[in-house]
Amino acid sequence: MRASKVISIGAHRIAILLYVIVALFPLFWLLKVSVTPNDLLYSEGVRMWPSRMTFDHFSFVIAHSAFPVFFKNSLIVAGSTAVVVTILASLSGYALSRFDFKAKYWIVGLMLLTQMFPLVMLVAPIFKMLSPLGLTNSLTGLVVVYTAFNVPFATFLMQSFFDGIPKDLEEAAMIDGASRFVAFRQIILPLTLPGVAATLGFVFTAAWSELLFALMLISGNDAATFPVGLLTFVSKFSVDFGQMMAAGVLALIPACVFFLLIQRYLVQGLTAGAVKG
Amino acid sequence: MASIDIQNVRKTYGNYPVLHGVDLEIQDGEFIVLVGPSGCGKSTLLRMIAGLEDISSGDIHIEGNRVNDVAPKNRDIAMVFQSYALYPHMSVADNMSYSLRLRKTAKEKIASAVSGAASKLGLEPFLERRPKALSGGQRQRVAMGRAIVRQPKAFLFDEPLSNLDARLREQMRAEIKKMHADLKATSIYVTHDQIEAMTLADRIVAMNGGVVQQVGTPLELYDTPANLFVAGFIGSPGMNFLTGTYVAKDGTHGVRLADDMVMKLAKPVKLEEGTSVTLGIRPEHVTMVETGGIEANVDLIEPTGFGIIIHLSLHGLPFKIFTLDRAALSAGPKVRVDFPGQHLHVFDKDGVRAISLDA
Repeated sequence: MRASKVISIGAHRIAILLYVIVALFPLFWLLKVSVTPNDLLYSEGVRMWPSRMTFDHFSFVIAHSAFPVFFKNSLIVAGSTAVVVTILASLSGYALSRFDFKAKYWIVGLMLLTQMFPLVMLVAPIFKMLSPLGLTNSLTGLVVVYTAFNVPFATFLMQSFFDGIPKDLEEAAMIDGASRFVAFRQIILPLTLPGVAATLGFVFTAAWSELLFALMLISGNDAATFPVGLLTFVSKFSVDFGQMMAAGVLALIPACVFFLLIQRYLVQGLTAGAVKG
Repeated sequence: MASIDIQNVRKTYGNYPVLHGVDLEIQDGEFIVLVGPSGCGKSTLLRMIAGLEDISSGDIHIEGNRVNDVAPKNRDIAMVFQSYALYPHMSVADNMSYSLRLRKTAKEKIASAVSGAASKLGLEPFLERRPKALSGGQRQRVAMGRAIVRQPKAFLFDEPLSNLDARLREQMRAEIKKMHADLKATSIYVTHDQIEAMTLADRIVAMNGGVVQQVGTPLELYDTPANLFVAGFIGSPGMNFLTGTYVAKDGTHGVRLADDMVMKLAKPVKLEEGTSVTLGIRPEHVTMVETGGIEANVDLIEPTGFGIIIHLSLHGLPFKIFTLDRAALSAGPKVRVDFPGQHLHVFDKDGVRAISLDA
């Protein structure tokens, strides 16, 4: 009994450890290459850490490449998309969770339908639509497109969080003298913060790393986001791995900071079941 | 405080009717209990009074004003939910003061209202706590406190005690009764527990299948149930029923049971001779006799401490006696039971109470 329990716990831990290693190894490699001097990149063979470290790639990327512009563009696009999508998804998720209306079935169906197409199929029509509106090669255009693609999933995500909050709470608030909107804002939304945080995080990372539409809709460096910008490190004859990886590491920072900020609410989300009306 | 007038109120979900025309006049300061089995429409009626459900047809007036289209927030009523529905992200004090803050009441007034309610409910030590740090009984008190700080026109209670354990429920029941005696507030209380209904109500509204079965004081419902449903629902252990035919011959009135035995009634009832009827008698009114009466088999004896419930089979049907006599613990295997005429209830074939005539 005891021995088998130890074995089972041990196996469990090892499985988790293996998973973590597999998941984090690419990130480690990214970091490793970013601090490896160019002359050691190919000469040292496969080593877990270079014999000499350098931050030259970072200083070059920040000072001499267009990376700061890409970075700023990405922040604007991902941040705005996350905020806009979360606001829209909160409202629509609440509606789907709480109201019964005639076309509900069809709206849900339509939203599911949009999730079924491979995005590549939509590149040409989207370009055709945005081009006369002057929204190609513009950050606004990207925000519009990302918002459209992320709202359905985010709505379902938010709906599931609203479903978890007892109806009694807003009814109590409405009897206490709140309108439905005030009850939503003062009672329901604060309780959905974990959901809001999860949605923000999900949409932010999706928009932050989106490549396909950014590549198709943006042509110049001025409006390029960071995933597109990374491609500038690939030249005709060589790939500047050191700089590319350094840029990658820098690009990870906002996502990490973002999740650090919201992790309090994400953890709260796991224990939300403990709060019984 | 206010009177509430409910006129021919109906509720249908799609084509499915839930309430079939309810009429009810509730006086200012009255404590009304809506009682009935699950799905009888009692909670729906309460929610319609609160404004949380639309009224399919009919009218509800509060203090003489028609409120059919008035939003819940403008009806000035308070409601205590079964789940308590406390705001988890607010302290006890904030929970209680939320309604006053929405109304932009002056800070000092809010503070005094909250501390007044808290002292009345024994909540002072918990004012800064979050609901999750409270026990079930304390949460229940906060929910009541949230209702009383507002001094609303009426209190609505939706099965407020059903999440509490038996002892706490008894205690809170007494507190609610005391609170009502104290505040004299119009109250409507929904429950499926007939003990709560009996102990709390000025008047009980017994409902079944979306129809009001009987409205009356607790003892009216207990002593003269209007139909089989009320007779069976009110009282624990429940009333016994036997089928028979009404006989009225030579100045004696009674019900002939299956074995030709005639149970005499104290008063004649307004029924034709030979009509098939249901005879009802409460377990505590059945007497055990040495001779005469009907013979029955003892199936089971349940001592409750306070009294004894004896389960019999009489004519092959289940039948219960309730007695305070401890000697009954050793009754059996067969007993003879008798039904005193003044305690018999006669219901016609539609289950409606037969009208008693003076002999």
